[in-house]
Amino acid sequence: MYFAGVDIGSITAKAVVLDNDTILSTSLARTGHDSRNAGRMVLEEALGEAGISEEDLAKVIATGYGRLNVDFTDEKVTEITCHARGAHFSLPDVRTVIDLGGQDSKGIAIGDNGKVIDFVMNDKCAAGTGRFLEVMAAALQVDLGDLGSISRESKDPAPISSVCTVFAESEVISRVAEGVLKTDIIAGIHKAIASRIFAMISRIPVNEKIVMTGGVARNSGVVDALEERFKTRIIVPGMPQHMGSLGAAIIARERSNET
Amino acid sequence: MGEEEKELHKKILATDAMKQLMATYYMEAKAAEGDDKKPVCWITSGAPVEFLVAMDIIPVYPENHGALCGAARMAVDLAEIAEGAGFSRDLCSYARLDIGSAMSRGGPIGGLPRPDFLLCCNNICGTVVKWYEELAVYFNVPMFLIDTPFVHESSRRYAIDYVAAQFRELIEFLEEFTAGSYDAERFREVALLSKEGIGLWSDILRLSENRPSPITCFDAFIHMAPIVTLRGTARVIDYYRALKAEIEQRVEKGISAVPEERYRLLWDNIPIWYELRNLGHLFAEQGACLVADTYTTAWAVEIEVDDPVNSMARAYSSIYLNISIDLMFKKVKALIERYSVDGVVMHSNRSCKPYSLGQYDIARMILSETGKPVLVIEADMTDSRVFSSSQVHDRILAFIETLHS
Repeated sequence: MYFAGVDIGSITAKAVVLDNDTILSTSLARTGHDSRNAGRMVLEEALGEAGISEEDLAKVIATGYGRLNVDFTDEKVTEITCHARGAHFSLPDVRTVIDLGGQDSKGIAIGDNGKVIDFVMNDKCAAGTGRFLEVMAAALQVDLGDLGSISRESKDPAPISSVCTVFAESEVISRVAEGVLKTDIIAGIHKAIASRIFAMISRIPVNEKIVMTGGVARNSGVVDALEERFKTRIIVPGMPQHMGSLGAAIIARERSNET
Repeated sequence: MGEEEKELHKKILATDAMKQLMATYYMEAKAAEGDDKKPVCWITSGAPVEFLVAMDIIPVYPENHGALCGAARMAVDLAEIAEGAGFSRDLCSYARLDIGSAMSRGGPIGGLPRPDFLLCCNNICGTVVKWYEELAVYFNVPMFLIDTPFVHESSRRYAIDYVAAQFRELIEFLEEFTAGSYDAERFREVALLSKEGIGLWSDILRLSENRPSPITCFDAFIHMAPIVTLRGTARVIDYYRALKAEIEQRVEKGISAVPEERYRLLWDNIPIWYELRNLGHLFAEQGACLVADTYTTAWAVEIEVDDPVNSMARAYSSIYLNISIDLMFKKVKALIERYSVDGVVMHSNRSCKPYSLGQYDIARMILSETGKPVLVIEADMTDSRVFSSSQVHDRILAFIETLHS
């Protein structure tokens, strides 16, 4: 039996197709302005890669901010539940999930069965999210994907005190004008994100076994800074951005078995 | 939408009578403006209104008016007027919109009638003191302040004596201001009416102990207006008798406030007035009934008619916002048990610092001592500029998913 999960986030849309316990295919694309179309596109791409058609799917579940207006499923689950389930499936030992996505940062405490015990999310503020890093990368004229490797070269991270994206951007520009090295500025940005996330996630029970999901997990500089802050190793799964869509596919499989 | 609305929310028939009652109240208050025989007093929500009622002074509540402006989605425009005059956006939004409304005579009822004096009690927060001082300067009217010491463990005798002494000073102030005389017998009558109204209101709220619950806290937020504004009058009693009978009938017939009550939740903090309807729908769609709250129960103070001044000094000093976090938790725990609650929804209210500070501590206490999960949502009671609908809705849905598992 085949199942699919589609996660339509604020920046990217992701899909996973499962054949019972096995991941058959995944896909990822920019969400853009048309989230409904983005969801359909990533689903079709994943189906094409798996070599099956939509009719072969026993169930599809949608998650993420764009989940509410898709036409391929009526079943919607929030990304909090989905990220927890996806992370638990990939790494059953893990009890804390840090998910840093495009516009959300979340901490999720999960129980033995992969279900959510407690969670915390950022409020109307993009600091620490993928969007924040995009703005910083643009201000520094570096590639988003290079932020991690650049910051690893820093010997003396520059303090970035603002937590607001707009103010942090002007602070970064001032640091550049003062002649501070890009490596140190970027490392400073990562440290600032880590302390903000640490303060937020400390509100929920935090276990030593921490996994990080979402697009920001691909930035090794943020992962390093978080490890320093949490004083523990943070595990990044093979496909951190797909944990939500994977979780949605797993819930689709569970619900299909229930009925 | 029409049919769906009917299905999701069973209209309380007494609502029309309540609207009439409130319209009459505001019309009378507005008509009294400039009438020397009918002094108007602006009063904080936690102040002992019974003294005013006993001396035929018309009490007007900027906070109730604030809720009206919030529900009518007119709060932001009014707050911006105050902000333009230099008041910080970090101040309470009730204070900002009230000052904005005073300056512009704006809002759903064209502003409140001009006050002849002000009665401020700091049992609900410290902001009211500075807010009312601003009003006193703006309107050039006297302000009477009642200072209620914070209750850490229990109400101390000396603190109650201190508050009771201020009540006696208030009586002197009112006698002087109105050139009338205080009648202890009349005051006892008002205290009795107040006690009876509060009793009926408490009875109505307790009907939500039934499963399914006949009303939600969203209903209570609407129907609390008379106990706040008209406490101590006979009108309130007539109204709540009718409301109680209607809700009792719901209980008898097994009528549920939400279509299928699967989860029973407790609400903490002041309502998000501009979102009442949307949030009510969202919870109802999920089969979640907010059966109780920490807010509307705040008007269930205990008054002893034999000793009204001292018992009111004790009651008004120990309301929810003037007690320690440990005492707050005790009250929350009692509500969780009494109403058989499955989880708690806390509104972290940017405006209301005394209500919101300590919520995370209380949340931890709830989780560790009762095992019930807690959701914190960030918003403001009337300033919709700080409310992010999709994020709040997402959190609520995720929370309900955790209750399901």
